[in-house]
Amino acid sequence: MIESSLKQLSAALAARQVSAVELAGEFLQRARQHNGELNAFITLDEQKTLAEAHDADVRRADGTAGPLTGIPVAHKDIFCQEGWLTTCGSKMLGNFVSPYSAHVIEQCRAAGLVTLGRTNMDEFAMGSSNENSFFGPVKNPWDKQAVPGGSSGGSAVAVAARLAPIATGTDTGGSIRQPAAFCGVTGIKPTYGVVSRFGMIAYASSLDQGGPFGKSAEDCALLLNVMAGFDTRDATSLQREREDYTRDLERPLAGLRVGLPREYFADGLASDVAAAIDAAIAEYKKLGAQIVEISLPNTRLAIPSYYVIAPAEASSNLSRFDGVRYGHRAADFDGLNGMYEQSRAEGFGWEVKRRILTGTYVLSHGYYDAYYLQAQKIRRIIANDFQAAFRDCDVIAGPVAPTTAWNLAEKADDPVAMYLADIYTLGVNLAGLPGMSVPVGFAANGRPVGLQLIGNYFDEARLLNVAHRFQQATDWHLRAPAL
Amino acid sequence: MSLSHDDVKRIAKLSRIAVTDDELTAAQTQLNRIFGLIEEMRAVDTTGIEPMSHAQDVILRLRDDEATAPNRREAFQSVAPAVEDGLYLVPKVIE
Repeated sequence: MIESSLKQLSAALAARQVSAVELAGEFLQRARQHNGELNAFITLDEQKTLAEAHDADVRRADGTAGPLTGIPVAHKDIFCQEGWLTTCGSKMLGNFVSPYSAHVIEQCRAAGLVTLGRTNMDEFAMGSSNENSFFGPVKNPWDKQAVPGGSSGGSAVAVAARLAPIATGTDTGGSIRQPAAFCGVTGIKPTYGVVSRFGMIAYASSLDQGGPFGKSAEDCALLLNVMAGFDTRDATSLQREREDYTRDLERPLAGLRVGLPREYFADGLASDVAAAIDAAIAEYKKLGAQIVEISLPNTRLAIPSYYVIAPAEASSNLSRFDGVRYGHRAADFDGLNGMYEQSRAEGFGWEVKRRILTGTYVLSHGYYDAYYLQAQKIRRIIANDFQAAFRDCDVIAGPVAPTTAWNLAEKADDPVAMYLADIYTLGVNLAGLPGMSVPVGFAANGRPVGLQLIGNYFDEARLLNVAHRFQQATDWHLRAPAL
Repeated sequence: MSLSHDDVKRIAKLSRIAVTDDELTAAQTQLNRIFGLIEEMRAVDTTGIEPMSHAQDVILRLRDDEATAPNRREAFQSVAPAVEDGLYLVPKVIE
């Protein structure tokens, strides 16, 4: 069952060829067997998982099941889930058993999806390699010397290693697309506001967006159908008609205009990544797409703009971790300020501290205009560049990252090198556009390459269509690593 | 521009994060490298550009003035480091 699509799993559950309890048991066994070496999960709780699976079987029996009832899902440890340890990859929340559930979790439970476990991630979603987790790095199943990408590294690995059929993630600057690319799975970050942020532990609120991982675009579309939806408890949740993200999957691509931003193919792009991307573009031509050259002239400026705005918002969001209402409190301290300072010093890892310090500085008196306001103006320029590009094309295609997955520890001590690797993904978050990653081959070192597809606002169904037609014609997405 | 040791000390204080001297030194080096990266942005002419704080033009929704959230004090305080009689305990702040 581990290679089955969601459609096949759904059919097998409906036909009683397999029960939800059996299905959960099979994936749990794989997860337990391989978690020691991959470290994809922070929490596995067999009792809770099997209880949810049992409920799903009851729903299958009494006719109240939906199409996905009984299918296991792995949740990024950033979504608060009632009764489950919810750590966000941090010592700060190392003892936090959430008393409530995120909107995404509520919707998954309502659909009858079975929680398989809680996946590892960079602490508070800050990182591009999953080495910033308090619970240790995640290993890339294609090459255990390689990082899986981040911050949703555990979710990407869970799907890539077939420890889970689907997984949830979040993407603030590339945290779904980049690990999907590094691990050879499919992932989509929807338009900002499509998935509720209620109960999704905040990093940079104006950029954070939840989305699905799957083996295919079709599986992502089915999970996005569950995750998306209006929620009054998130002030930025968009009130829109419910969409069926599978509706356009089969649409032919003839006449589709695919824009290639020349800045995404400039210096810095590794030649083997470029070769895999070029081959994918050639495949799109065969499928009838028309290739047009476009320009996103301020691509480079996305890095400084993002690394001002995201830390600024993070420094504000993470002020809630004060050792009073939840989370870690130091054992020894002097006075109230001492309690804050010591609890935060012990609870946060170094990358998180660095971003809080950066954010505090850019928001401090005398620097606000020079940094924060300037970054927001550049954000507008970048968003405008995308709108100009979409006058000449329907979707934008290019690499997700300049290289394949790098080696563990290779960039761990060099934050600037790590930040530069985010160059192709950050702009999408700044603009609030939907973007996805589709596996399109392997580099010389055997590590996967992901093609990034970027759509205009609310074009998720089109992106999934463009990815699905490619996956009908190729089999990159069906390749699985030998464990 | 470049951050001094004292600048980093000051922002650590504002951030309510205790740092050792070694950490201050490391943070100073790293933050200066990060601000080196950010510096590129400051030279861009943004005259007349409206700052963009958000991807969507969200209008704050109003709701009816009704109590909707149930009282779940016990559940929420079950994750607190120290509580007594329904109150959060912190070190003494007023002498």
